[in-house]
Amino acid sequence: MNPPTPLFSYILRQADNVLILGQRLSEWCGHGPILEQDIALTNFALDLIGQARSLYQYAAEVEGKGRSEDDLAYLRDGFDFYNVLLVELPKGDFGHTMTRQFFFDAYNYYFYQQLQKSSDPTLAAIAEKSIKEVTYHLRYSSEWMIRLGDGTEESHRRMQTAVDALWAYTGELYTPDAIDQELLAAGIAVDLGRLQQHWQQRVREILTAATLDIPTETWMQKGGKQGRHTEHLGYVLAEMQYLQRTYPNSEW
Amino acid sequence: MPDVKTKSRVSEIWELLETVHDPEVPVLTVVDLGVVREVREIESGIEVVITPTYSGCPAMNVIEINIKMALATAGYPNVAVRTVLSPAWTTDWMSEAGKQKLKAYGIAPPRGAAVDKSLLFAEPKRVPCPRCDSFDTKMVSEFGSTACKAHYQCNSCLEPFDYFKCL
Ligand SMILES: [Zn+2]
Repeated sequence: MNPPTPLFSYILRQADNVLILGQRLSEWCGHGPILEQDIALTNFALDLIGQARSLYQYAAEVEGKGRSEDDLAYLRDGFDFYNVLLVELPKGDFGHTMTRQFFFDAYNYYFYQQLQKSSDPTLAAIAEKSIKEVTYHLRYSSEWMIRLGDGTEESHRRMQTAVDALWAYTGELYTPDAIDQELLAAGIAVDLGRLQQHWQQRVREILTAATLDIPTETWMQKGGKQGRHTEHLGYVLAEMQYLQRTYPNSEW
Repeated sequence: MPDVKTKSRVSEIWELLETVHDPEVPVLTVVDLGVVREVREIESGIEVVITPTYSGCPAMNVIEINIKMALATAGYPNVAVRTVLSPAWTTDWMSEAGKQKLKAYGIAPPRGAAVDKSLLFAEPKRVPCPRCDSFDTKMVSEFGSTACKAHYQCNSCLEPFDYFKCL
């Protein structure tokens, strides 16, 4: 079998990012602290899964092997998923979920902002659509970072714990590899160096307003983009893919 | 010169589309909502170009099916529905008639431009009550029963209502 093309892998990475995070957010359905947050998180999940659909449809078309968006979501194994590790980690408490969301939203916002200028018209169109939704997500998670970080002693403590625990998973968001570089040269991909500057500026700004300490740790986890995952991804996939694996091609 | 027959066929399709309703906000047709971007004749029949409101809007599949059914019933069996993402849908494309229908249905229609979505802790938009027109209302939740709506309550007549958010 031929190895996947760089473009196919590149589309899958973002598709997997938003699908897996959408799946993690869905775990809050019926469990939000109050009804508004419950609906907000599931709305975000819906937006992200919607973005994943557009991306998988395009990936399937680029691959040209007759696989569908559903095949890509439901019938691949963990080592064929290319999402960053950050999105597959367990949801934790509400503060943990919001911190992860904020780190990812800041990435997602600047990612789509640049992708709107991609020389690939389909990716540019998906970005143009998605950034409207993500602008909203980023505002929401930024507000919660500040509200909880600069809140009570307990909420502050939990937010700092979450920031410290998740920090080592943020480097992967802006660290390019050969695929990123090849497609950047072709005018298709996002410049992750530029994204890193924007991301760090935004994160510094919000964490400072939230009275949270910015971790000084510089060692970063990596591997998700190349298909090397934490044990947590397996649990997400087991739940998400169960039905299609057990009853192939079932529909309702 | 445009073919007169072609022109009338396309305008007939537009009229038929006025009978296809949004499954989640059934008071609106797909034309009111502004999701139909283009109707044209292609070699195999008719092509209808639509655009989603939100990426994850589950109504889009149903809208596609309903469009095909309505046109098939009216004698157009060969209809292709194509989805485009760019330019991205905005509430500015909702028709005036659509906004009036929403209000009569009890949903406050989108007002003016979208609030700057990047602005932190922005004041929620002042939205008049669709029942008594009072501006003395409060936002209960920025999120409602569907991705496109927020939840409000009127302080004057106490009516709880949905507001169709600007996008
Ligand atoms: Zn009222």
